[in-house]
Amino acid sequence: MKIQQLSLFVENKPGHILAPVRLLAEAGIDLRSLYLADTETFGIVRMIVSEGQKAADLLEANGFVVKITEVLAVEVPDRPGGLAHLLGAMDGSGINIEYMYAFPNRCGGQAVMIFRFNDPDAAIAQLQKSGINLLTSDELLK
Amino acid sequence: MKNNLETSIADCHPASVPDYAPLAELRALQLRRLQAVVTRAWQNVEHFRNRLNERGITPENIRSIEDIAKLPFTLKSDLRDTYPFGLFASPMKDVVRLHASSGTTGKPIVVSYTKEDIDVWTSVLVRSFAGCGLHHGDILQNAYGYGLFTGGLGAHYGAEALGAAVVPTSGGNADRQIMLMKDFGVTAICCTPTYFLHLIDRAAELGVDFKELPLRAGVFGAEPWTESMRRHIENKSNVEAFDIYGLSEIIGPGVGCECRRHQGLHIFEDHFYPEIVDPETGEPLPDGSEGELVLTTLSKQAMPMIRYRTRDITLILTGQCPCGRTMRRIGRIGRRSDDMLIIRGVNVFPSQVESVLLEIEGTLPNYQIILTREQGLDQMEVQVEVTPHMFNDKIGALQGLQGRIQAALDHVLGIRVRVALVEAHSLARSEGKAKRVTDRRTS
Repeated sequence: MKIQQLSLFVENKPGHILAPVRLLAEAGIDLRSLYLADTETFGIVRMIVSEGQKAADLLEANGFVVKITEVLAVEVPDRPGGLAHLLGAMDGSGINIEYMYAFPNRCGGQAVMIFRFNDPDAAIAQLQKSGINLLTSDELLK
Repeated sequence: MKNNLETSIADCHPASVPDYAPLAELRALQLRRLQAVVTRAWQNVEHFRNRLNERGITPENIRSIEDIAKLPFTLKSDLRDTYPFGLFASPMKDVVRLHASSGTTGKPIVVSYTKEDIDVWTSVLVRSFAGCGLHHGDILQNAYGYGLFTGGLGAHYGAEALGAAVVPTSGGNADRQIMLMKDFGVTAICCTPTYFLHLIDRAAELGVDFKELPLRAGVFGAEPWTESMRRHIENKSNVEAFDIYGLSEIIGPGVGCECRRHQGLHIFEDHFYPEIVDPETGEPLPDGSEGELVLTTLSKQAMPMIRYRTRDITLILTGQCPCGRTMRRIGRIGRRSDDMLIIRGVNVFPSQVESVLLEIEGTLPNYQIILTREQGLDQMEVQVEVTPHMFNDKIGALQGLQGRIQAALDHVLGIRVRVALVEAHSLARSEGKAKRVTDRRTS
């Protein structure tokens, strides 16, 4: 159920995202999503790629600081109230969302949100209890 | 209005009389005081006594002023190793003041004064100010920081004892400094030279012309500066700029100061005996040779400093100053023999930054110090490379780390610094060794 996401540290300066992205392109690794969290001086690039471990090894070998983190890909009905329903299912569980962002591609007619929870296993149980569908890595990347 | 340059002993400030002491008398006084201070340190400071014992010498071995070379040096590390009170030669009941300045690692170095020490300190500042042509009737704005730093209080009491009216603004708040300077008709200022450059620029922005103010003298110290800065200051204002030298370990400001001839800084050597040594070998060098300045306090009671290695590189000028003072002069301090940085008048060592990073991270990350000057004020940025060990996917965690490093550096260094997290391997390296300091300040 858990999806491997690649997080990369970059300085907030012109040109600093190009080098890692170019490395991945040259290795034929497909970027399925890219989300940048930024501060005044630095940022964290969060990516879901076709081959997570290979991409991490490649970036590390080239001196980049990367980390593989586990996130969840959650199907959200693509209609008003879809996200509210999903978040409602988590309400009261005490599980915290560290961050979230929308996955750019729809899967099976549904929108997809990527979540990092402070306790992924508890989140999986809570979501499944509410009948909310989680995507596997294969489903997300097919 | 400039004072008459020709000063004779008869019309100088009474406190300045020792400046003109006949040389034979001065040398005899120095020897008597050296013997007394060595005896005092020997009797009261275990650390010093042990050092003499190791060399098999006692105070009785000091028979001439040249015998000073037999004595061991005192290093900044000796102050650190005996923190806080290990070098005190007076019991706390006789101490009336404690000051502290940053040491080379986390702990500051502490200095102490008896009532008599404060009186000596005040007297050398009176002699400094009098040598700059200041006297009662002058209004002196003291923009050195008041507090643990010796600059503020030292200059304050000296100027009061001179008879000047002191405006104790301390550092910071340029707009208020300029307003008071103008409204009070301030005639003299004490601050770091870079801060005065900032005041000049800020005054221009506020539409205040320093050339139209009665301000006529500036006593600048606590950091090295240059002749080109002097020219700039004197072009942009009517200020006659004086270089004053001192360090907390010896007493604070007032170890030496320029006179109106501006041909080097007279060391008040009836209280502070200067030597120049080879910074590598420690061998004494003759007057006129460049080397490291070593100072011995001849009259300090609470904390005698015997042959203190200042790490400041200069020379003792030969020949007598045309002003008539017999006190020997040193050249401007241009550089140091160690890696100490002076930022807004505060001493900073790269090793302090290392100790902070090591404490927070457990291992020493790669880091670099970048110094710039913005609006006349020194800025220090510490760039820290993010390692896989430090990296966290959450923005808040990295910002928290940045904040912890910043708070710890502010605490240890005593100045505000900026911390930037940077990509690994992004810091400049030269010949395989990381270049730790990039100084982009221009003067």
